[in-house]
Parts: sequence; C-alpha cells; structure tokens
Amino acid sequence: MIGASTIRKEGRAKVLGTAKYTDDLDLPGALHGVTVRTRCARGVLRGFTFLDGVPWDEITVATAADIPGRNIVASIHDDQPFLVEVGGTISHPEQAVVLLAHPDRQVAEKARGLVRLEVDELPAVLDIPASLACDPVIHGERNVLKEILITKGDADAAMARAARVFEGEYRTGAQEQLYLEPNAMIGTVEEGPAGREVTVSGSLQCPYYVHDALIQLFGLPAERVRVVALEMGGGFGGKEDFPSVIAGHAALLALKAGRPVKIAYDREEDMAATTKRHPSRTRVRTGFDAEGRLVAMDIDFVLDGGAFTTLSPVVLSRGAIHACGPYRCGDVRVLARAVATNTPPCGAFRGFGAPQSLFAIERHMDHCAREMGLDPVDLRRLNFLRKGDTMATGQVIKDDLDLAGLMDRAMEEIAFRDLQKAYRVRNAWDDPIKRGVGLSVFMHGCGFTGSGEAHMASVAGVEGREDGTVAVLAASTEMGQGKNTVFCQIVAETLGLPVDLVEMAEVDTRFVPNSGPTVASRSTMVVGKILEDAARGLRLALLQGGFLAEPYTPAQFRAAVAAARAKLGSLKAYGQFKANPEAAWDDKTYRGDAYPNYSWACYAAAVAVDLTTFEVKVEDFAAVQEVGRVVNPTLATGQIQGGVAQGIGWALWEDVTFREGRMVNNQLTNYIIPTAADLPHIRVAFLEAGNPFGPGGAKGIGELPMDGPAPAIANALREALGDLRLDEVPMTPERILQRLEEARHA
Amino acid sequence: MPETFRLDFTVNGQARSLDTHPMARLLDVLREGLGLTGTKEGCGEGECGACSVLLDGRVVNSCLIPAVQAQGAEVVTVEGLAAGGGLSPMQDAFLAHNAAQCGFCTPGMLIAAEDLVRRCPAPDKEQVREGLAGNLCRCTGYSKIVDAVQAVARKEGQP
Ligand code: FES
Ligand code: FES
Repeated sequence: MIGASTIRKEGRAKVLGTAKYTDDLDLPGALHGVTVRTRCARGVLRGFTFLDGVPWDEITVATAADIPGRNIVASIHDDQPFLVEVGGTISHPEQAVVLLAHPDRQVAEKARGLVRLEVDELPAVLDIPASLACDPVIHGERNVLKEILITKGDADAAMARAARVFEGEYRTGAQEQLYLEPNAMIGTVEEGPAGREVTVSGSLQCPYYVHDALIQLFGLPAERVRVVALEMGGGFGGKEDFPSVIAGHAALLALKAGRPVKIAYDREEDMAATTKRHPSRTRVRTGFDAEGRLVAMDIDFVLDGGAFTTLSPVVLSRGAIHACGPYRCGDVRVLARAVATNTPPCGAFRGFGAPQSLFAIERHMDHCAREMGLDPVDLRRLNFLRKGDTMATGQVIKDDLDLAGLMDRAMEEIAFRDLQKAYRVRNAWDDPIKRGVGLSVFMHGCGFTGSGEAHMASVAGVEGREDGTVAVLAASTEMGQGKNTVFCQIVAETLGLPVDLVEMAEVDTRFVPNSGPTVASRSTMVVGKILEDAARGLRLALLQGGFLAEPYTPAQFRAAVAAARAKLGSLKAYGQFKANPEAAWDDKTYRGDAYPNYSWACYAAAVAVDLTTFEVKVEDFAAVQEVGRVVNPTLATGQIQGGVAQGIGWALWEDVTFREGRMVNNQLTNYIIPTAADLPHIRVAFLEAGNPFGPGGAKGIGELPMDGPAPAIANALREALGDLRLDEVPMTPERILQRLEEARHA
Repeated sequence: MPETFRLDFTVNGQARSLDTHPMARLLDVLREGLGLTGTKEGCGEGECGACSVLLDGRVVNSCLIPAVQAQGAEVVTVEGLAAGGGLSPMQDAFLAHNAAQCGFCTPGMLIAAEDLVRRCPAPDKEQVREGLAGNLCRCTGYSKIVDAVQAVARKEGQP
C-alpha cells in the first residue's frame, strides 16, 4: 500500500463536479454576510453612520459591541481584534469594523457601500526600512514583533581571520497564495439543552485553530463549539490562520440574525484582505578560507510581518533556522527580526519563511563563487553538510547525507554541463535571446519547529465501523495535497487491508481528535506516524480480544470488526505524538534539534531571457529531492510540480503591489500567476533514504518545491546575463531592465 | 430592460426554463437558479476559467455571459460530461493521472480539455498547454493535466 500510486480518494467526486465546496452549499434561510473595512492604514476610529439607500431594517448589523466573549483572534499573541471598536486603533486598511447580512447578496453588497466611517488618521509605516527606522513607532518600543538570535562559535572572530569576505543584500516581495477557491465560511448559532451552541463549517486548514478562536470569541466551553472542514479548493497556508477571522465574523452575524450566515469572499476581497507571504530583506556576510571553505557566516534576516503578530514568530523561526542553507560552518550568527508595518498581517505560505532566507543564501553562494573565480557547483560541493556535522542550532546530522550525489542527479536530469557549454558559446552571438542554467541546493525541516510537536501532543485514531471497514479519525484537512489518500494507505498497510476498506471520517471537531493543524509538511510524517500506531492498536485489540487470528484475510478482518463492535459497542483506537527522547530543543537559546529531520533537494533550471522584452522563460526544470520513503509517487509528483509552478510564479511574475498599505493589484488581471503555456514540463525525481521517524520512513515533501525555484532561476539568469546580479524576487522584466541600466551607468 | 424575463434553454440535454434578470450572470443562473454547483467561480472576471461551460459548443466563461445570451442556447456543464453513470474518458484520465488535486479548477478545466480534444484530436504538448492557457490551476503545475489530455487524445486519435 505504501509506495503505490493509489487513486485519489475524493477524486471521483471532483471530476464529476459533485464535490461540495463551501459556497456550493445552499442552506435554507441562510443570509449573506459582508464586511465593512477601515480603508485607512493607521488611525483612530471615531464612529460610523448608516446612509440611506437600502432597507436597513431588513439588514443584520454586527459590531464589536455585539461580541459576547473576547474581541481577540486567538493566536500566538493577543493583539488582533475581530472588529475595530469605536475609540480603538486602526492598524491596517483591511481591518473589519462592521458586519452586515441580508438574504440577498446584492442588497448586502449595496449596504456595504453605505456605511461611513469617521476616522482620525495617523502617519503610517509601510515597509521594512521605515519600520526599522521607527518612523514612527507603531508597535512596542521599536516595531519588532519578534527577534531571534542564533549563534554558534564566534562569527566576528572567524570573520576577522577569513581570507575573503563577501556581502550581499537580497530582497523578496509578498506573494498571494491564490488558492483557486476564495475563502468562505458558514456560521450557525443555536440554543441547545445546555445553552448556546456555535457551529462553523467552511474552507479551512486547521479546525482546532478556528475552534479555539470561537471558544474565546463567544466565551463558551469547548464542547459547545463545533468546527467542520468542508471540501477545500486549495490552501497553501492561506487558510491556516485567516479562517478564524471569517469564522468569527460569520458566527457573530449568525448570533445577531438568529439564522445561518454565509460569508464568501470574492477574489478581490480575498486578495486584498487575507494573509500573504512575508516580504523579506536579508543581508548576508560570509568569510572563506584560502581554499574556499566557509569559515564565518553573519546573517541579518528581516521579515515584514504586517500589522499584527499572527504567525510571524514561527515563520521567522523557520526562516532563521534555514538561513545558513545546507552548508557547514563553524562560526555563525543569525539575527532574525519580524517587524510591524501598517499592512494586513502576513501569514503562512508554503515554505513558511524558508524560501526567503534560502533565496538569499543560495544567491549569495553563487555570487561568492564567481568572486573567488570558482564554479558555483564546486564551491557548493566543497561546503556541503555531511553526516556528523552540526548545523547552526547545534543539531547533528545523523543520516547518511550525500548532497553532492543529489546535486549530480539533478544536473544529470537537465544535462547541466552540456547546456552550460552550449549556452556560453551561443550567448556570445549577436542574438537577443540569452540562456543560462543554474541550480540551488537546500533543505526543509519536517514538521513543527523545535518543541512545537511536543507541546501540541497531537492525537489521531482509527475506528472499526459497523460494516467492518475502518475510518481514519484526524483533524488534518484535504486541500488537494492528497492527505485523504495517503492516510488511508498508511492505515491499510498497517492493518494489511486493501486501501478501499479504509476511509477518512468527516473532519468535524465533534468526532475527530486534535491531530494538529494541516501545515509544515507534518501530515504524512507526524500524523501518519500517529495513525500507524493507532492502527497497530486496533489490530492488537482485535487479536488479543480473540476476535481475530493471524494471518487473516480482509473478509476475516471485517467480520472481526463487526463482532467486536457488537460486543463492545464501539471500536476505536488512538495514538499520540511521542517526542524523540534523544531530541533536545531550547526555545530560549535556539539550541538543539530544530526538527526531527530534514528533507533535502537540488533544483536546476534552464532559462532564456529576451533582451528586447526582458521576459524570462523557464525552458527546463528538474526537481530532485531526498524525502525518505514516498508513500504515493503519483500524488507526491503532482504536489511537487504544483509547488514548483508556484515557486516559478514567485520568482518571475507574482508582484504584490501595496499603496498606502493596500494591495492595489488585487485581481487576476493584474496579479499574474503562471498558466500552462508559461511553464515547461517539470521533471521530478525522488531519492529515498531511510528515516526511522515517519511512517514507513516517510518525510515531508510539500514545502520543498517553494524553496528552490527562485534561487535556481536567479542563478541561471546570472549565467545568461553575464555579470548582472538579480538579487530581488520577483525578477520581472522591469527589474531586469532596471538592473541592466544601472550596470550600464556604473 | 425588463426586470425579469423567462429564460428557456437546454442544459446538459434537458430543456430548462426559469425566470431571471436578463443581466444575471449565466454562472449564477446555473449555480443558484438550477443548483448546478459543479461550475465554480474563481475570479468573476474572465481570467481563471473555473466557470467554463460550453455554450452552443463553444467554451465560454459563464461569469461574463449575461443570462439573456443563453436564450434558446444549449449549455453543457461538468455535470453533463459523464455518460450513463460512469465517467467520460477525459474525467477518467483526470482521475487516473491525478490531474485533479484540490479539484476547484477541475470542472472548468475538463470543459476546456474536452473542447480542445474535439477541435484538435491529436494535440502535442505545446498545443495542450496553449489550449488550456485560459484555465488557471494553482495545484498541479499543469504537468499532470497535460498528461491526462494527451492520454485521451492518443486513445481517441487511434483508429
Ligand atoms: S470565474 Fe469566470 S473566469 Fe474566473
Ligand atoms: S487542482 Fe486545485 S486549482 Fe487545479
């Protein structure tokens, strides 16, 4: 079962068009909810008025004054309100102030334009430089949402001894997740026997995050709040924390209206108001010895967190831990800061901080190689981490790690050396099309950072059902990545059953335990492992209870389940996350095992750039990764190809433009993501190496493809354009032209 | 323009008729008026193709088409592709190749793919990519979709 390309479990409903996404559900009597936003980057809310033009008596209105519990979206820090209160501070232009609902979508829409806000405006902070300059201070004492310092050895002393020292500054922009299904949520509030009960169902990655947010918003005990994850049209991190906000809004309106309320964002609102990838600025200083060995690294990593803390501390943490790339270095300092600005909060997006810092180090290594007159491939080979080496946090590499072999494999896949030779000859010709090949080598820590998993202590289970089949009980959600199928494969393998006897139970907090959020490539590796334990428990119970004897056939298993249920009433087995007793992590000093393990990869890109239009085309792309055991090769390949496409989009086209804190290109006409015609076929290869941690040896795969494309493409462009350095993402035609002009005038 | 009008058209081979506003979007008529929620809205402005349907045999973005334009026309949505309880060959290929991941682009993508293969029975990879460039997918990177379309084209292209 593990290792087989089992067909996607919910695939049939998806190709038939019968799969129901949130906005496909038509609840009788439901109202449509809309959100009135601040439209001011920073200020104080003085009040609001309702102008004539709609029948206000038919419209449900909810404001901060209607909140029964706390006006705080539960997250890492309590700094984000659900709704701005009168007299309260406005921190970004998309903050919600008033919620409206009406049976007719159009009427609700019209009413939204008829709410006037009175605001005293204040000067705003709109980017990283302004925030670092404290011009003005908008958060705490110096606009810092979170700061992390990682040190190993003495970076200053080592730098002073280095034969050569190089510096670079690298920047990346915001990126919109652009899941194809915009955010949508349905809220219901009812009076139950014990009092008020709140139910929310919708498009969300992390049911228990939403659950927690609603418990606090309504001040209710956990058992009277219920969250159901519906079919989801993509998430990529964009439906990790933001759904708590919409869920709260829908439920508040439902409370006021006494009827279910659906809030479905349209594309423009979704793009403007929801979270994006953090923009970044990274300064890298490296020292090398005379042979080209890295002896010192000093990295200053800054993320733009937006107006509230939300997930920035953990995004920052991952970015900081990945900042040194896959290289060995004795003396390291990484200073990482997430700073506040008056834009909507940035959030989770595939890669979670690592793409930003890996872009910097992988661009930087190429730059250093060329400055030293070395081949970037050779410089990497000389400096790769190997078994027994320690990383920046002090984590020791325990696996047999062969990054040089991984790099060779990727180069072979794309015929790197042949292309390089041919391109170098042809680029000298008088032809406006210039070509280059480049690569990046990187890693991605699997699962939560540091002690995250131990704190979470996730639980998942399996249930023998009446018909003898098995249901998987987990709060992990399916957003296209294939979790439904992979979980069933893992359980089927453990039980020795065909995979069609195992099904996912509905993801409903009333019935499934908290297996943690669906993020960080943790589903297969972490939750999959817990499910393996749970399935073993179920089998053992059947064997020891005398219901089953080994070896057994699927029919005998089904009969045993039915018999056990008849006798015991119900038949469930659970597993819980067990921390590796040998892994140690200290949150205060950032020392220890940052992740249970890492997946490793080398990506190579061949690009062509047209010097008349400055457009870049990726002509070939190879993604080679070492991910432990591949549970489902077809699904894994598809997930990587999709991620690479997103990575190419970030590298070349996806350019979120903010004006006064608002995203101004919040439409698909002016925010450009790749189409089928813009991309090459993406070659994917997996190398499997043992990993005792995950189920059957599996590690995480889903985020790697976001980390590698941008630096590989930038390095390829450097080859194509001679000396020109492109150290900024996205590498749009305008930016390439600008760099060329600067180089010409330098 | 009158407030409402009676729209008579054929949807997935069945005669349908309902009262609607002439400028109502075909997308809303299908989804809300007829409960055919297979057709999706990804952008509402003709960019993503999630709302693609066949209107008299042509692929259109139903988010841009006013209902009045469908008067007397024949519309096919994703719900009309499956034949006799089974899957159409294209649906089958999408399933087998994992060309549907989150599945949200899939109904529109299937409509565009069916139409492409009808117009161009043996497309090469480039033709498939060009042919599907009006339909955005954020999950697959398109490789698996291209594979699925080519698999169908190969099968049907053979005598
Ligand atoms: S919804 Fe019609 S093209 Fe996007
Ligand atoms: S499968 Fe998710 S958008 Fe295409």
